[in-house]
Parts: sequence; structure tokens; C-alpha cells
Amino acid sequence: MSMIIDRRLNDRNKNATNRQRFIRRYKKQLKRAVSDMVAERSITDMSRGGEVGIPVKDISEPRFRVGQGGDREMVHPGNREFTKGDLIQRPQGGGGGGSGEGGGGEGGGGQDSFMFTLSKDEFMSLFFDDLELPRLARTVLGDSNQFKYRRAGYTPSGVPANLSIPRSLKNAMARRIALQAPLKQQLRELEQGEGNEDDIEALQERIERVPFLDEYDLRFRHRVKEPKPISRAVMFCLMDVSASMSEQKKDLAKRFFTLLYMFLSRKYEQVELVFIRHTSNAEEVDEEAFFHDPQTGGTVVMSALNMMVDIIEERYSGNDWNIYGAQVSDGDAFGSDPQRSCARLSKDILPLCRYFAYVEVPDSPNAMTPLGGAYSQITNANFAMKTVMHRSDVYPVLRDLFQKEAA
Amino acid sequence: MTKSSPSSDKALSHGGDWNFELLQEYDQEIGKIAREFGLDTYPNQIEVISSEQMLDAYASVGLPISYTHWSYGKEFIRNEEGYRRGMRGLAYELVINSDPCIAYLMEDNSMPMQALVIAHACYGHNSFFKGNYLFKQWTSADAIVDYMVFARKYIFECEQKYGIDRVEETIDACHALMDHGVDRFHRPSPLSAFDELQRQHERAEHARKQYDDIWRTLPKKAKREDEAGKVDKERFPPEPQENLLYFIEKYSPTLETWQREIVRIVRKLAQYFYPQGMTKVMNEGWATFWHYTLLNTMYDRGLVDDGFMFEVLQSHTNVVMQPGFDSRYYSGINPYALGFSMMRDIRRICENPDDEDRHWFPDIAGSDWRETLDFAMRNYKDESFIGQFLSPKLIREFHLFAIADIQKDEHLRVAAIHDEEGYREVRRLLSRQYNRDMLVPDIQVYKYDHMGDRSLTLRYNRLRERPLTEDAAEVLKHLSLLWGFEVKMEVFDDKEGVVDEMVVQSARQMRH
Repeated sequence: MSMIIDRRLNDRNKNATNRQRFIRRYKKQLKRAVSDMVAERSITDMSRGGEVGIPVKDISEPRFRVGQGGDREMVHPGNREFTKGDLIQRPQGGGGGGSGEGGGGEGGGGQDSFMFTLSKDEFMSLFFDDLELPRLARTVLGDSNQFKYRRAGYTPSGVPANLSIPRSLKNAMARRIALQAPLKQQLRELEQGEGNEDDIEALQERIERVPFLDEYDLRFRHRVKEPKPISRAVMFCLMDVSASMSEQKKDLAKRFFTLLYMFLSRKYEQVELVFIRHTSNAEEVDEEAFFHDPQTGGTVVMSALNMMVDIIEERYSGNDWNIYGAQVSDGDAFGSDPQRSCARLSKDILPLCRYFAYVEVPDSPNAMTPLGGAYSQITNANFAMKTVMHRSDVYPVLRDLFQKEAA
Repeated sequence: MTKSSPSSDKALSHGGDWNFELLQEYDQEIGKIAREFGLDTYPNQIEVISSEQMLDAYASVGLPISYTHWSYGKEFIRNEEGYRRGMRGLAYELVINSDPCIAYLMEDNSMPMQALVIAHACYGHNSFFKGNYLFKQWTSADAIVDYMVFARKYIFECEQKYGIDRVEETIDACHALMDHGVDRFHRPSPLSAFDELQRQHERAEHARKQYDDIWRTLPKKAKREDEAGKVDKERFPPEPQENLLYFIEKYSPTLETWQREIVRIVRKLAQYFYPQGMTKVMNEGWATFWHYTLLNTMYDRGLVDDGFMFEVLQSHTNVVMQPGFDSRYYSGINPYALGFSMMRDIRRICENPDDEDRHWFPDIAGSDWRETLDFAMRNYKDESFIGQFLSPKLIREFHLFAIADIQKDEHLRVAAIHDEEGYREVRRLLSRQYNRDMLVPDIQVYKYDHMGDRSLTLRYNRLRERPLTEDAAEVLKHLSLLWGFEVKMEVFDDKEGVVDEMVVQSARQMRH
């Protein structure tokens, strides 16, 4: 007797661990593929999965096998024209016949690359070097210091200003009817039966004693305090694009901006991006030009900060916007520019910002750059600065932000 | 079949929809007919799964449970991507050689397809697993699932204790040698523990009877010492060992206990899969023959309608298609096609033999086809099955021909075709094509220098100058990881002796 079992509701993802193991093993190759993808994508587009390829050669599992060459006979079907002793030209490329193992059939064996699709989480994890970003972001999600009140029904106690007159009078009426009805019934019976005058009077008195409005009747509008989702944020990306900023440095910058953008977009419903690049003067550009359009010229940091202030005044003033700033530079600045920029930043910009991060991508890790030196005097809690030499350094910059916001 | 038009009143169902009651009914009917034909099976456990679960089942190479390893992840991703892009469909069936025999049905399939799979897997493959001598000898169907549960748990614990990386490299190395985890010529010993004890006892008894104190007084010959020295110098192992994994498990000088256990797990797995590789043609042929026979019997009895049969036959025809060598779909001989044709042909030879059959198969022509097929199923593997039962008629039908590829010749030569002169040659060559040596090179442990530098020497017994692929060097590296000392491989030609040598130093050794 056969047993028929419905297994459809069983766990469907039996191979999740094996899949992870595969990704773990080929992390190096996959990271390379992810880097290539990152270069082609825009910041807002970054947080989705993508198709990657690994050379088939890298992932093959070696076995002892008999190779081409030597003597052998193979039997094939479908002979139409040959007779014994016929000579056949050897097929070019050594593909002749294939040995007995040919039947198995490698699926998609013709490709040079083993292509497959990374999920969003797998992609992000490879992108950020296993930073477990999603978990961290989740712990700080939902915190915000703005509240609004929402009506939540009625409550029997409250301040007079919140008194709901219709609701209170409704209650009073109901109470009056409930208390008076049996008395009135008795009264009617007595009057019809021509009962005792005193009794009738006593009843009428009792009826009159039922108050028009009692304290029990009062109802107040109830309000609850709710955290208000801050719906909008704007993120200013400031970058020095003078000739000393190489593609590699820009790549670091892009990672940093992406990370910040992702953090913000988890927190806010709508995040706008403003790209300001500067050489000796600043201009607002689109993302493509921001990252890939090479510029030459000197460096005046001040110009970018000025432009940021102008744009804030023009488009993002008021309390409706959460303003975030992120600046990337190799730290080169000349003359009085660093000091003036520093003053401008701490006086005019930081008070408006929820957070401003400065990331430096210098040529050598130890030297103090002019701009870095000036900025290091800023003590504002909304400001963070970090030197980044390598991709994995990018993340700690934002850790400060996470910690601050989570606290 | 087309002549009779059975009344459809008795049909179990119409149309493609299935439900669990119907599955039960179909299974009962198919099982009844299978028993009428004398098929002996393990009890069936039919599991209905979704297509995603089928992809999961694929990856673990036909076991319901396996240990964690990246290569299964690779297999899973490969199948999933292929399926998602529509490059490949899913197999209709997956059946596991276990007791009870587990077969998977996919929920997306129509009723006729489910019935086809039940007939094919639950009665065809199942009876083959239970009856064929290789499966009987090499696999223990009742224990495999429990063993894999143990293996999964054990390897998981190893990962916790020794780290994923170390476990992974050990498993990688074992997988590379997986084809060499079977000893073809030593069957797993059927001796019981009781017999073993009895033998020891007899030996002791014999020694006691032979004892005489006088032997002690004989002067010892000086020569004895030389002899002892000679014994030491003798090669170890005395006979070459084919089962590399077993040899490593027993003798590796450096493996830790947990690693030995992992080698053992992979070896057991290799042993479990060994019969499947040796009986592809027979196993699929047998299962295909029986789904064809069982479902046609159902049709003849009016249990299924015309629409059902059309769907079954369409799928059946696709499965047994054999493209010719010059077709773009050609990828070797289709085991379903060859196996199915041979099974049917044996039945034909038994039922309606002609003069040629009587000449070629005097002992089975005209015999009871059920008994003959059953005997063939139980006692053969692909190589011997083809050598014994491939008839001239089939050689003609398949237009089989043999091509000789002699390295030093400029051209390939047609060695034999489907004519009177060529039948035996084609049959002999095709049979040899299913010899294990064609698939897995003959590599044996030749020497373990256990008194010296502990190096291990393998020998590739090269046949007719066929070289190994370049992978061999990689495999040797894996082997040296398990062995811990130098590993050598000699290429031994049947005519010229040792012709080539590959040496891999152990990473561990170099560190010292």
C-alpha cells in the first residue's frame, strides 16, 4: 500500500545554506563582479540584486577523467551512408564523438561564465563587505523626535478645553431616561389608579431630582501622542572634482554617498539628492556628470559651501526638510580657503543640518591635509569626519551617525 | 491498442485535473496491475511537492537530505537559473532508492503525467532497486536516509568545532576522489559477526592441537633475519588498492579522527551511487518499459480514456527519442531509448521469435517473457546486459555503427556497421562502452612508503594510450591534502610500463 504525502507546505528553501556557502566560497570573484556593476549603477538604483558571472573554469570540481587522445572505439546511432572500412575526416577542434560520459549533458555548458542572480541582500552584503547593514539600519529605524497628536476616541476625564459637548449631553440624556423611566411608569400607574397624593408627590419629586447633567456624563476628546514620520529629507553630495581626484577616489566617494543614501531612504519616505561639484567654482550637476565627468582646475571649497547655503535657502528652507550633507575631498585647499570654509560650515550650515559628514580620501594616510586640519577644529555633534583609504573604511564613518541616531 | 475502443464509463478520471483521492485510486490500480505482472517492490512513499521543492531535491543529487556543501549550492543555482530562463524543464520524476521508496510528484503536472510518474518511478525503478544484484550488494535502502541524517548532523558539528573552511577543504578533497571510493572486486562482506568469531576460534584450536614444545628447542637459523628484513622492504599494500578513499581513511598518516569520519561519509555516499552509474540503461529502460506496459494495460481495461493515453504517449515518445549522430540534438546514446527498446525486444524475442532470434538467442527465444526479463533485471548491469541481449534487429533499428579512433591514423575509420559481419563487433564495442573504465580511469594505490618518507604512490593503468585530463593535477593536490605527505602518480602503460610521473608535495610537509 502506498502512502501519499502532501509536502507542498514544507520548507521550500532547503538549499539556502548551500547557496550561501557557494557565495561565501566565491566571494572574491563575486565582489569583482559586484564592483563592476556598482560602477554602472546610479546611487538610487543601487539597492537591488543583479546578475553576476563567474568563470566556469573557477567553479569546476576536478575529477580524474580520461581525456582526448589515445585509441578508442565509439558506437553511435543513426548510420545512413557508412560501410565498414570507410575513412572519415577527423572533426576539427577535437570534439569528435565525445567519450561515454557525453550523455549526461552539462546544462548551459556552452557558456564561459556561470551566470546567476544575486538577491538584494546578497548584493548589498557583498557591496559593503559584509557589514550587515540591514540589521543595523533596522535598530535605528523609526526613531524620530517629532510628534503629532491624533484623536483616539473619548475619555471620561480631561481638561475643560477638550470637553465634547454633544457626547456629554448624549450620555446625560441616556442616563436621565434610564433613571426616570421606571419612576414615570409608577407615577402613571398611581395616577390612573387614583392612589395616594403623597406618594404621587414623592415620586414627582424623585423624578425631578434626577440631574440634568452629572459628572458621569462628561466625555472628553482623547488624544494620543504619536511619533511623526518625517517624510522628506534632502542629501547634499559635495565633492571636489579637481584633477587630483582619481577614479578610484571617486569610487570610494560613491560608496559613501550610496551608503548614506540607503540609510536615509530607509528612514524617510522621500529623499532628494543634490549633487554639487566644485573645482575653483561650484556647480550643481546630475549624478552622471558628478561621478564621471572629469574636470580640471583649482580648488576652492568655499564655493561649494556657499552654493549649498544658497540652495537650502532657495528650495529647502523651513522645518519640512531634514538636511544631510556629505562632503568628499582629497583635502587639498589653498590659502585662507580652509579656514573660511570651516567658519562658514560651522556657523551657517551645521545648525541647519541633521548631520554633516566629511570624508577625506588623501593620497597618504598619515599626512594632515589643509582642509582636514581646519575641519578637525569643529566640535559640533552633528559633524563627523573620517579619513578613508579603503572601501572597508567607508562604513565606520556612518557608524557614528547610526549610534547617535539610535541613542 | 487503437483497434479496441474501450468504453469510457470505467475510466478513473477525465481531463488533466488531479486530487489526492485520484492519486490514491490510480496508484491502487497501477499497483494491482504491477503485482499481476509479478513486480516486487518496496512500499511506496509518494510525496507531492512544488516546483521549487523539486529544484531543491535536484541539488542534493537524489537524496532527501544531505550535508551542507557549496557544490550543492552551485548545482541548485545552476538548475534554478536554467529553469527561470526557461532553458530547461524539470524532470517529471525523482525517485530515491530507499525503503520505503520515496518518489516525488510535482503539483503542476496533470493527472496523466502523475500516473506516468507513479508507474515509472514507484513500480518501475522501485522494483529495479529492490531486485538488481548491484543495488542489493552495494546499497542498504532501509538505512540510507537515517545515515544521511547522521552525516548532516556530524558535518554540521564538525563545522562548529573546526571551522567551515577546514571542513570544506576536506569535503572538497573527498569529492574529487569520489569516483574512487568503491572497490569493485571486493564485495562488502556478507559474513556475519558470528561466523567471524567461529573462524577465529577454529584457528586458535588448530594452533593448540599443533603445539609441541619440541619446536622451541630447534636452533634458529641466521637466515631468518634476512627474511624479516625482506618482508619489511616489500611493497605496502601488497596488492594495489582501488578504493582510494578507503585507503586514505585507514592509512592516512595525518588525518584527524573527524576527517577520517568525513572521508568515510563521502565513501559511503559514493558506494550508494555506484550501482546507479552502472545500470543507467537497464534502470531507465526497465522503468520506461513498465510505465508503458502498465499504462497500456490500464487503457486496454478501459480505466483511462483516449485523452489520457495521448498525453502519456506524447511524453513517452519524447523520452525515448534517439537522435542520430549527425543531429544537433545528439549527445550520445539515450539510455531511455536503448534500455526501453532492449526490454521490449526481449519480450518480442520471447513471444514472437523469428529464425534470427532463435539462432542468436536459443535459450530465451520462446520462453516466458516475464521470467526472462525478471532474470535479466536481477542479474545484469549495463555492460553485461548489452553484451548478452542486444539483438541484431535492434542494431539495425538504431543503425548502430562503430568508429575506431586510432591516434596515429590520420582518419577515423568505420570499424563495424549493422550488417551480418558487424553485429557481434558492434555489440561487443557498445557493451565495452559501458564498462566503468570508460567513465572512470583505473587508478590504484600502488605503494605507501610507510617505513620511509610516507609518500603515497598511485598508478594510472593507462589503456591504449588514453591520457588523463589536466584536472588530474588538481585532484592530486586534493589528495595530498588528505594524505599530508608527498603524493606521486605514475602512468603505467600496459605495453611500455611506467611512462610518466606526477608529483605533488604536501603543503603541510613544506611548512616543516
